[in-house]
Amino acid sequence: MTKVTMTVNGKSASGDVEGRTLLVEFLRENLGLTGTHVGCDTSQCGACVVHVDGEAVKACTMFAVEAQGAEVATIEGQAAPDGTLNTIQQAFQDHHGLQCGFCTPGMVMSAAALLKDNPKPTEAEIRHYLDGNICRCTGYHNIVKAIMAASGQDVSRIAAE
Amino acid sequence: MPKDSGIGASSKRREDIRFLTGSGNYTDDINIRGQAHVYFLRSDVAHGTLKGIDTSAAEAMDGVVRIFTGADFEAVGGMPCGWQVTDRHGQPMLEPKHPILAHGKVRHVGEPIAAVVADTLEQARDAAEALVVDIDELPAVIDMKEAVRDGATKVHDDIASNLCYDWGFVEENKDAVNKAFEEAAHVTTLELVNNRLVANPMEPRVAVGDYARGTDEHTLYTTSQNPHVIRLLMGAFVLGIPEHKLRVVAPDVGGGFGTKIFHYQEEAFCTFAAKACNRAVKWTSSRSEAFLSDAHGRDHVTKIELALDKDNNFAALRTDTYANMGAYLSTFAPSVPTWLHGTLMAGNYKTPLIYVNVKAVFTNTVPVDAYRGAGRPEATYQLERLVDKAAHELGVDPIALRRQNFITEFPYATPVAVEYDTGDYHATMDKLEEMADIAGFAARRRESEAKGKLRGFGVNCYIEACGIAPSNLVGQLGARAGLYESATVRVNATGGLVVMTGSHSHGQGHETSFAQVVAEMIGIDENMVEIVHGDTARGPMGMGTYGSRSIAVGGSAMVRATEKIIAKAKKIASHLLEASESDIELKDGAFSVAGTDKSVAWGDVTLAAYVPHNYPLDDIEPGLEETAFYDPSNFTYPSGAYACEVELDPETGHVSIERFSAADDFGNIINPMIVTGQVHGGLAQGIGQALLENCVYDAEGQLLSASYMDYAMPRASDLPFYDVDHSCQTPCTHNPLGVKGCGEAGAIGSPPAVVNAVLDAMRSGGKNVSHIDMPVTPSRVWAAMNG
Repeated sequence: MTKVTMTVNGKSASGDVEGRTLLVEFLRENLGLTGTHVGCDTSQCGACVVHVDGEAVKACTMFAVEAQGAEVATIEGQAAPDGTLNTIQQAFQDHHGLQCGFCTPGMVMSAAALLKDNPKPTEAEIRHYLDGNICRCTGYHNIVKAIMAASGQDVSRIAAE
Repeated sequence: MPKDSGIGASSKRREDIRFLTGSGNYTDDINIRGQAHVYFLRSDVAHGTLKGIDTSAAEAMDGVVRIFTGADFEAVGGMPCGWQVTDRHGQPMLEPKHPILAHGKVRHVGEPIAAVVADTLEQARDAAEALVVDIDELPAVIDMKEAVRDGATKVHDDIASNLCYDWGFVEENKDAVNKAFEEAAHVTTLELVNNRLVANPMEPRVAVGDYARGTDEHTLYTTSQNPHVIRLLMGAFVLGIPEHKLRVVAPDVGGGFGTKIFHYQEEAFCTFAAKACNRAVKWTSSRSEAFLSDAHGRDHVTKIELALDKDNNFAALRTDTYANMGAYLSTFAPSVPTWLHGTLMAGNYKTPLIYVNVKAVFTNTVPVDAYRGAGRPEATYQLERLVDKAAHELGVDPIALRRQNFITEFPYATPVAVEYDTGDYHATMDKLEEMADIAGFAARRRESEAKGKLRGFGVNCYIEACGIAPSNLVGQLGARAGLYESATVRVNATGGLVVMTGSHSHGQGHETSFAQVVAEMIGIDENMVEIVHGDTARGPMGMGTYGSRSIAVGGSAMVRATEKIIAKAKKIASHLLEASESDIELKDGAFSVAGTDKSVAWGDVTLAAYVPHNYPLDDIEPGLEETAFYDPSNFTYPSGAYACEVELDPETGHVSIERFSAADDFGNIINPMIVTGQVHGGLAQGIGQALLENCVYDAEGQLLSASYMDYAMPRASDLPFYDVDHSCQTPCTHNPLGVKGCGEAGAIGSPPAVVNAVLDAMRSGGKNVSHIDMPVTPSRVWAAMNG
């Protein structure tokens, strides 16, 4: 067992892990942060996307020990301390960008990483960026719409309620 | 003007808050103090004699609690099948035994053969590698037509053959149908494959079994669309646990799409092992396991023929389908290619004579059962591809041929035993023609051609049967369950309500839309209504969510229970207002005496029910809680018309969806935002089937498409923005909300439009291809274009 320490959502967190423990397992099992999900075992689905030192990372593809000393952000740290949703989260609710909710944490974290680098992405850029995030419920329409809305673009002409 | 609350309002979903903040409670988020973990060793061969398993080395390994094999379950029932189909000779289907862990033989890759319970998952997995399994491999049967040939290797030794049933529907029509074909002016024939799919909800299946020795109570936490059904099936037919000692909880469930309806071995195992080991036992499926153990969908091979008279009226239809059951009968598998498929073969058309033959076949593959649409996508795909083919053979417009044959008078009894209550197929087609901008297509095609691309346009109609179903009818058809739904409405003293529904929400937003209905009925704020589901300890018996039945059947039960609440509340109000009960009116959350200004608020009535100081105790009991069971009198029949426009690159064979329009008639709508989202999701799965997804076995029974590296899930860049409309509304005539259901329409209605559009694009490029099988991959398109 190795002791690993990192900052998660602004707070110091540490625990004993095996060399093979994945970052997502450390977050879910050691820290009880179960908002980060595991939807596959081939690094395809993106339900486990978190930010490590500001970059979007699939937490199923990184060992916990690799995050030693890193700043990690998860879905649990996205809303304000009083529970107010952030702009992306609010846009997902406003535009019905989620159904079962399982892919949603990864979608929100990926969207945040996209908008940091590209504050006004086109529809095509969003769809391309989400290549590593699979949703089985929404058909992506309202996810793309929500991300465009979160970036301040007018989405009123895109069909549907 | 859109409403801002109640029925018809696009209320924002309350469940989103927990999902968007990482505070959902999915089954894998549940951990019981002291729990052990199970790892299933699964067969890596498709067919073989299981001669023995040496567990001795594994048992000595660190952390191992106990290792189970098939022998441990000899005293326990096998996995039950919930539907018995009777064949065309009046004989019951062949129903092989389905063990919890393989015993004597393995019959598909992925079948569980041993279960290692250990302190940690890693220890269980390490120990499983030390198991020595002795299997004599046998030839596998994978192809359905091979499987029913004389002398074929049998999947099961305890039944006569690999033919589960040979079903004819309607058998009495057969001769008349054949005669109509002899007299036809034109016959169109089509052979096609409805490709095998994997449902792939993003949350893999999970089961956590818990047991309290002190009270002999079992609890199973599971990823299920119908926890009460699992309690009944597993308790009564597998493990012999009475329902009052078995609680099944399906908390937040990350998508179902049918594959989480069924009772699976892992659920029974974890429940059984928790008692045997006297500690909780948890199993979390990996995605790789999911591909090998979740019931698959579709997988039909069909020949379909349409007879037309000299005026292009449909005269008769006949079909011949092979339907894959896989190695065992999954819970509702036999019903899918029969009663959920044959009964839909009339589609939107007044074809007077129909005969459907279905041969269900066992193969050495994962069991096949319901996947979004379940039988109805297969029916729609055949029929709507066939009608398109007929139109091209006859040189008539595909939309005009459809319109000419539309059913226009309702109720309409089809020749395949169902009665459509309402519909207006011209209205949805009119709407579709407007949405799809057919007038502008020629210009769009020229633009594509200027880029060296081909552009194609395809349409289809669909009809489906939702809201399954009248219990007495499905009982006659072989269902071993009733298909009602229940709801308990509990009003609290201060006026808030809790509705416990047997429907289950795993993405559909019931917590929001169901609350809208009750709030509207009473005239109170939606936030005063809480919807509870997914726990057998918290609600009455429920049949669960599938087949787009939640609002039509579960919603109706909730309406009936709320009506009982209102009736009792009116009695209380009449007492408080000292007026005749017949004069009491409920409006906007207050009871008033008709024609007067006397009224009493909802909250005063509910408080009186629980603090009955001034109360008609001689006439009615205190309290305000009612339960209703609703058994539908018919299916509901959503319908619609869809159009797809594709661009095809003749150099590569790549097809992209440029426009997709969907005009649906769902009857009345509770929450338009949610309904639209349901259609979007269905369209993505239908387009996925048409262009991308394919579940492929090799000849030895190895699953080649067993991960997201090989099974092409639709991604954001594969799909367009959709144009969805549900303004055409012919309300259902036989349920109190006039609703029909919307969950499956998109998946049912979209594949034929996509394929029809691809063929249209090819024709515009000078290549007259009469059919191409799904998924329409670049290699298939290129081969068809250059063949």
